[in-house]
Parts: sequence; C-alpha cells; structure tokens
Amino acid sequence: MKTENQKAWFFVLPVLVLVAFNALIPMMTVVNYSVQETFGDNVFFWQGLDWFEQILRSDRFHAALGRQFLFTFLILIIEVPLGIIIALSMPRKGFWVPVCLVTMALPMLIPWNVVGAMWNIFTLPDIGLLGYFLNHVLGITYDMTQNPLAAWVTIVTMDVWHWTSLVVLLSYAGLVSIPDAYYQAAKIDGASNWAVFRFIQLPKMKTVLTIAILLRFMDSFNIYTEPFVLTGGGPGNSTTLLSIDLVKIALGQFDLGPAAAMSLIYFAITLLVSWLFYTLMTKDDLN
Amino acid sequence: MAKITLSKLRHSYYPNPKSPSDYALKEVDLDWSDGGAYALLGPSGCGKSTLLNIISGLLVPSEGQILFDGQDVTALPPDQRNIAQVFQFPVIYDTMTVYDNLAFPLCNRGRDEDTVRRRVMDIAEMLEVTEMLDQKAAGLSPDNKQKISMGRGLVREDVNVVMFDEPLTVIDPHLKWKLRSKLKELHQRVKATMIYVTHDQTEALTFADQVVVMQQGEVVQIGTPVELFERPAHTFVGHFIGSPGMNILPCQLQAGTARFGDHTIALEGPIRGEATGETQIGIRPEFVSLSDSGLPATVTKVSDVGRHTVVECNANGTRINAVLEGAAQHNTPEKGVDVHLDFRRDQTRLYVDGWLATDPQTSTEAAR
Repeated sequence: MKTENQKAWFFVLPVLVLVAFNALIPMMTVVNYSVQETFGDNVFFWQGLDWFEQILRSDRFHAALGRQFLFTFLILIIEVPLGIIIALSMPRKGFWVPVCLVTMALPMLIPWNVVGAMWNIFTLPDIGLLGYFLNHVLGITYDMTQNPLAAWVTIVTMDVWHWTSLVVLLSYAGLVSIPDAYYQAAKIDGASNWAVFRFIQLPKMKTVLTIAILLRFMDSFNIYTEPFVLTGGGPGNSTTLLSIDLVKIALGQFDLGPAAAMSLIYFAITLLVSWLFYTLMTKDDLN
Repeated sequence: MAKITLSKLRHSYYPNPKSPSDYALKEVDLDWSDGGAYALLGPSGCGKSTLLNIISGLLVPSEGQILFDGQDVTALPPDQRNIAQVFQFPVIYDTMTVYDNLAFPLCNRGRDEDTVRRRVMDIAEMLEVTEMLDQKAAGLSPDNKQKISMGRGLVREDVNVVMFDEPLTVIDPHLKWKLRSKLKELHQRVKATMIYVTHDQTEALTFADQVVVMQQGEVVQIGTPVELFERPAHTFVGHFIGSPGMNILPCQLQAGTARFGDHTIALEGPIRGEATGETQIGIRPEFVSLSDSGLPATVTKVSDVGRHTVVECNANGTRINAVLEGAAQHNTPEKGVDVHLDFRRDQTRLYVDGWLATDPQTSTEAAR
C-alpha cells in the first residue's frame, strides 16, 4: 500500500508565507484598489474596469509609456554592443584579468540614489566637472535642468555608465567558456575575425546575452531612483518615465485607483515583453 | 599532400628554458613520407599534442624547423600551411547546417559555388552524412559531430596533412571501432598523410602503419605495430604497449649471463657493447609459460579475461605476469600455488638504463 506523506507541506510553507507577504498580498491590495474608488475613511465604491479604461485612454500614460520605451531602447542599443565590444577586448588570462573585472564591477556596486546624486553634481553647469567643462571650456550650452535633450543625454549616459558592466561581465563569462579548440579550428579553416565572431563567439554568448538583455530590459523599464534624483522627471515632463509618473499619481495626487490600475498595466507590459523576448530567444534550443 | 620533415625541433613553454626539464619537447627529428598513416602514442603530458600543434602551426617551436616537401613552413600560420586538424572535442559551428559546416573552409578560401557543392557532396557521401546535410549541426550526436569536423578537414583537395588529436575521446565505446575503421577507410581513399595522436595503444596500433612512441618530450621508438610489440627499444615502450605490459625484472650481469636472484636467465642473443648501468630483463607476458622447471614463483592473482588468462606471480619480490592461451588455459594454477616460469628465449631481452641492449641471435649461433 502506498503511504501518503503530507509532511512535505511543512517544507514549502515558509516559502509560501514569504511569497505571500512580499508579493501576493501587496499585489492583491493593488488589484483591490484598481477596481474601487475611495474618498477616505476606508469607504470604498465599486468602480469596475473604469480606471483601466481611463489609464489606457489617457494621453499622459501614452506619453510616459513612449518615453519609457524610448529610454529602454536607447540604453539597450548602446549597452549591448558596447558591452560585447569591451568583453571582446578584455584579456583572457594574466595579471590584468582581475584588474579589469574589478574595475568593471565598480559602477554596479554603487547605490542607485548615489549614482543619481553623483551625476547630478557632475553635470551642474557651474560647479560640476562635466557641466563646467562643456559650458565654459568647450562653449556648448548644456544644462539638463533647462534643456530636455541635455536631460535625456544625461540619463542615458548615466545608465550606460552604471550598467554596461553587467553586459560586459556576462558576455565575458560566455567568452572565456569557449574552448581554445574552436579558435584553432577556425584558424585552420581560414575564418576571418568577423566569421569567428559571427559563428563562434556570438552563438556561444547567446545564452548569457539573452539573460543580460532580459535583466537590462526589466531593470531599465522599471528604473526610478536615478532619474528621480537626477532630473525629477524634468524639465517639464520630458524625462517623466513610467515609474516616476506612477509615483506622482499615487503619492502626489493620491489617486489610488488610477495608480493601481496603472501599476497593473505597467506590470503586465513588463511581463509580456520579457516573456516574448525569452520565448523567441530560446525557441531554437528546444528542438 | 606532402612529405613532412621535422628537423632538430625543440619547444619550451618557458621564455628562457635552461635545464632539459624546461622543454616540453626535447630534440625531435622525424621524417614522414607522403600519404602515410602515422600515430603519435604516449601518456598524457608526453609532448605529443605540443608536437601536433607545432606541425599545424598553432605553436611556433623554440628551436628547429618544419619542412613540407623540403620547404620551410616553420613561420607560416595554420591557414597557409594547408593542413587540417580534428580536435579531441568535436568543433562544429552550431548555428550552421551540416552542409554549411562542411563548406566553410572552402568558402573562406573563395572557391566557386560549383566546386564547393561537388566537394561537400563527395565528402558527405564518404562520411555517410548525406541525409543530414540540411540539418542544424548543433543537434547531432557526438560521433556525427566528430565526423563533420573530420569532413571539414578532408573537404579541401590540397591538404598537406590531416591531424587527429585524440578524436575518439568523447565517442561512445561501441561507436569507436566504427569510426576507427571509417578513418582507416578514408585514409585509403583520400591518400593524404595522416597523423593520429592518442594515448590509447589500440587506436594507434590499428590506425597507423608507423607508430611514434613518445615519453617526456622525447621520441622513444618509431616502428610498425609489430616491431613495437616484439622488440620494444625501451622498457617504457614495452610497458606502455601491451596489456598487461612487458615484465621488467631487475638483474645482475655475470660473465655475460643475466642473473635474476640465484637463477640464470638465458637471453635472446649477445649483449651489445659495455653494459654499464641499471640492467633489467624484459619479457612479454605472452612469452612466459608455466613449466616443471625454471624460475620458481608464487601465484598471487589469476584473472580470466575471456580469450586468455593472466596469471600474476611473485618471484623474489618482483611481479611477473604470464598470459595463458589455448590449451594452457585449462590447467590454470590457483592463487597461492608455487609454480615454475619458463621464458621463451628468443623473446627475452636485456635493457641497460632502460634501452634495449641485446641483439637477436644470428642463424649460425642458433644452429649450434
């Protein structure tokens, strides 16, 4: 006779409790807000899907979403190729390997708000090193508090500085795992440097690059602290990304219903894009 | 296709080698004729892969020259030497189809499409991979992957030499012999010079016409499989080739005869020159038999390996193996029994400091 053992549940329970408190319950609270209206005093009125409709039709949301996609697109298009190029030019063995690795890892170790504050000071037109240099030495008018383009250049540069290392380190890990025999065979086959990259290095980096792009997508799509500290979403609304706009609606205007609906839509978009990307990148591996 | 000459080749991985032990390869002089099948045999770390990489051009030797048909290629990079190499782990281009993999070396050299197609079809047919040509190479089994990497070497019509660096390491045992005979067949069809590096004696002896045995960066013996088996030039060869390897017995020389303990052992023939140094008797287990008289010994272990039985004995603290075949297998002694061992005289050799020091008896001497 088969003996049923229910003890295993006790092992799963701690995880279940943890996940419930850090994800499920907060998330359900948001779902709760998103379908109701409140005027305080914990009095709620059923609202149905009105908030979702309102958000999806609002120009403000469309604009923030557009800016968000633009930002993510820009940093990916810069960070991924740049990261691969840096990884390719890093030494594979010897004294300089640890030096390069530690140097690369440094920006990632700095807290988000410190990065924002650093770049804020760095780019101040009158006292910041970069700001002063551009304005007073090169004579280029550069002020990210006034000029939307300057603000964009600054937040994109800051993200590239902060996170290219992640792509570098992951690509590098992929590169060093390629056995020497591949390079030797390619040499004997008379392959050009481009062919070596295209047919050996890139395919072998595919898995780690997929992870790198996925991580960079999710992180940049949800970015909040750095642009908040750096530009606060300005000048005007020019750098108001989705998360900044969301916080404005939720905590600035205290519109909990629309904010909750927006969070859920925001979450769904992140999830959908990540899922699509991952599925497309790994579909070849399955057959 | 070419004749390959290695002249006074030495290689060290250190920038300033001083003592001989700094050299991974100590003075190698070899001549390999066009179209031959050769094997480089030796244990891991004996320098055989170093030698192979020097021939292919992946390594530049510290000293010496490599000549292809008398032309010095020492300084040429691999792609200009027209060689092909098959590695231990199959190297295939994952994202390409089998066809593109095979065509890759030709396309890189700018051959026209018709030539490429014809060559790839020929090679695919030879390797029996025609039906896989449109498949992605990544999904193949290890033995097929290895076939494809061989194919990439053979697809160029003008290869000087095809080199194999332990190519059967990752292949399943039951497919090994299949690929091995395929290789032998390919050699006969393509008639290219082939060099096969391995630490597996079976692979070396079945593939090659001439086997080069290496140890610690030195060539110990070059010979046909039969020569290596019957007259090992060094105790290392005797020990390394054969299963179990040659019996090595320490001995003293007294008035031209070899004495092991208080027993005189007859050697195959006269001893060459002055035998000064460490002297040893070498005899293969295949030529040791059990008899009524002879060297007394105690049986310590008996292993039946099917076709023959290996009897492990102990005489004066030295281990001696005897291989019993055929009728002798029926009265195999048991463990702990005292026996007498008889050595076949024409197969009993003397080694001085490891090197062979006896000559075979001439026919006149034998007649006496």
